Amino acid sequence: MMTEATVQQTASKPDLNAPLAVEVNDLTVAYRSKPVLWDVDLNVPTGVLMAILGPNGAGKTTLLKSLLGLIPPAAGKVQILGQPYAKVQKRVGYVPQRGSVDWDFPTTVLDVVTMGVYGKIGWFKRPGKADRTAAMGALARVGMENFATRQISQLSGGQQQRVFLARALLQDADIYFMDEPFQGVDATTERAIIAILQEIKDAGKTVIVVHHDLQTVEEYFDWALLLNVRAIASGPVGEVFTGELLRQSYGGKISFIEDMQRYRLGEDAAALQSSARDLPPWESWGGGEG
Amino acid sequence: MMLLDWFSDYTLRTVILGSAILGATSGALGSFAVLRRQALLGDAVAHSTLPGIVLAFVLTGTKTSLVLLLGAALTGWLATLLILLILRQTRIREDAALGISLSIFFGLGIVLMSWVQRQPIEHKAGLDRFLFGQAAALMREDVILMSVLAVVILIMLILFWKEFKLLSFNPEYAQTLGLPVRRLDILLTGLIVVSIVLGLQMVGVVLMSAMLLAPAAAARQWTDKLSKMVLLSALFGAVAGAIGTIISSSVSHLPTGPTIIVVVSVFVVLSLFLAPERGLVWDWRRRYAQRRSFAVETALVNLYQLAAQHGSARHPHETSAIEVMMGERARKALQSLQSRGWVQASGTDLWSLTEDGEDKARQLMLKEMH
Repeated sequence: MMTEATVQQTASKPDLNAPLAVEVNDLTVAYRSKPVLWDVDLNVPTGVLMAILGPNGAGKTTLLKSLLGLIPPAAGKVQILGQPYAKVQKRVGYVPQRGSVDWDFPTTVLDVVTMGVYGKIGWFKRPGKADRTAAMGALARVGMENFATRQISQLSGGQQQRVFLARALLQDADIYFMDEPFQGVDATTERAIIAILQEIKDAGKTVIVVHHDLQTVEEYFDWALLLNVRAIASGPVGEVFTGELLRQSYGGKISFIEDMQRYRLGEDAAALQSSARDLPPWESWGGGEG
Repeated sequence: MMLLDWFSDYTLRTVILGSAILGATSGALGSFAVLRRQALLGDAVAHSTLPGIVLAFVLTGTKTSLVLLLGAALTGWLATLLILLILRQTRIREDAALGISLSIFFGLGIVLMSWVQRQPIEHKAGLDRFLFGQAAALMREDVILMSVLAVVILIMLILFWKEFKLLSFNPEYAQTLGLPVRRLDILLTGLIVVSIVLGLQMVGVVLMSAMLLAPAAAARQWTDKLSKMVLLSALFGAVAGAIGTIISSSVSHLPTGPTIIVVVSVFVVLSLFLAPERGLVWDWRRRYAQRRSFAVETALVNLYQLAAQHGSARHPHETSAIEVMMGERARKALQSLQSRGWVQASGTDLWSLTEDGEDKARQLMLKEMH
């Protein structure tokens, strides 16, 4: 696992000369005067595949939504690709949490994917044939071309996630934000999704993913942010994904964490995660359904 | 009177046309209200229009539809603001906020209306038609006004179709695309409020939310496409409006609003049960067929396994032997197997597999293993 990750990192290094993909300074987000994010600083270089990690209620989804301009900050500044969000929104792709929409909405798979171009075709216009062809292409990329006319209520969780990914791919963005894309999907879908995320990264684009399976972090990602209301650490996975920093992020509740140094991190990570479930009170807003 | 007479009677034709237009408008907009889970908001707004209607009458002294409906729209809008204010400033949840706003405004409306009844104001009679609606009071000018507004609403829906669709399905995503979600939300909610206010004359404040909700709920059953749902919902609303009006005008003392609602409720019930795919009847049929085919397959495999213990797949067994394994369903299942040629009856109450049945049983068992 380690060697694979190392290979990936040397294969396509983050471009440190390009403008930062994400630059966050002193970001604070509060909900009813309770801070959900506190004084977060974050620099993400272009061309990385980054995981946002942290226990439930750490504010992972809130951070993602703040980056996307969906939640107004109480304080601080966010820049995407060197500019405020409004200036670059056409270069940003978004995959929301699967559970955030009503999958019984009367529409088809192709129609949902085509929504990816709604920001670009302008007022009073309908998506044309070229848009639908492009949408079919995006569906083919996620292996769902045979589902184009399917009603969305007939999809499995993994298929729903692929549809959302295809919609974001259609946006042909330079930076992608994804909220728990592996949540409740089957193993095949997970492999298909991560392969696409690697492709995006290899094309020099940036992908930022809210993630909570600590076991797969080293295999999937080359950059990581450890978050627990504050930004604990961010940087290359090799530097950030250490026992000491994980303990800071996931809290001192976990007694076995001392054993971490002795075992392979991946094996402990699962146990660490399961014991970190019963965490802070802001969950209902920060990390849940959003 | 014969049915044809209804259409040749000028006044009645006006009334029926008006009801159909109102039904179509609230049906079309109701689709969005239902999909955006704003049905309760519709109810709160509808009830909150009552004080506006009464105040508009008291202040202007006219019962012109336009004036009264402007009053209705005003207090309906104020109620919406109150709901938003409660949600933003307090920790009260949405359902409670809607309830609070509804009771305050509706209560105020009832108080005002009772007060007006006891005042020596001229022409005050007929104001209470807004409680349960009275399509018969629709004038030619009303119908023209409603037609104009209905066309405006239709044009808006066509112009902002893709935005309204995305706003209803996934507003956050719409916002990340750079669409002005807040303004679109105000526009769509505004159109819903307009359709509520227009519908008041037909079904009244008390039942208006049903006129918004019922056609949409019925239409949803028949289609999986938003455009078809909106069209069908408009059609249901129009037909219910027309039929309800005809019924209530042919039977004396039958109030229009409730009659229309009863008609549209019939649509809903029929749709819930009969619509293909989503209808309950089809659901039951599917489940029955599934249980049945499962029982048949089980009987086949049981017979095979029993026979195999005797060294031959064709060894016959009695019904009771299969009944031991799968209960009373066995006899029916065996008969069904016989009609498919997989099982043959030999002697009295003895069953054995045919060659085809043997193959089929092996296939099923293989499939189970994988």
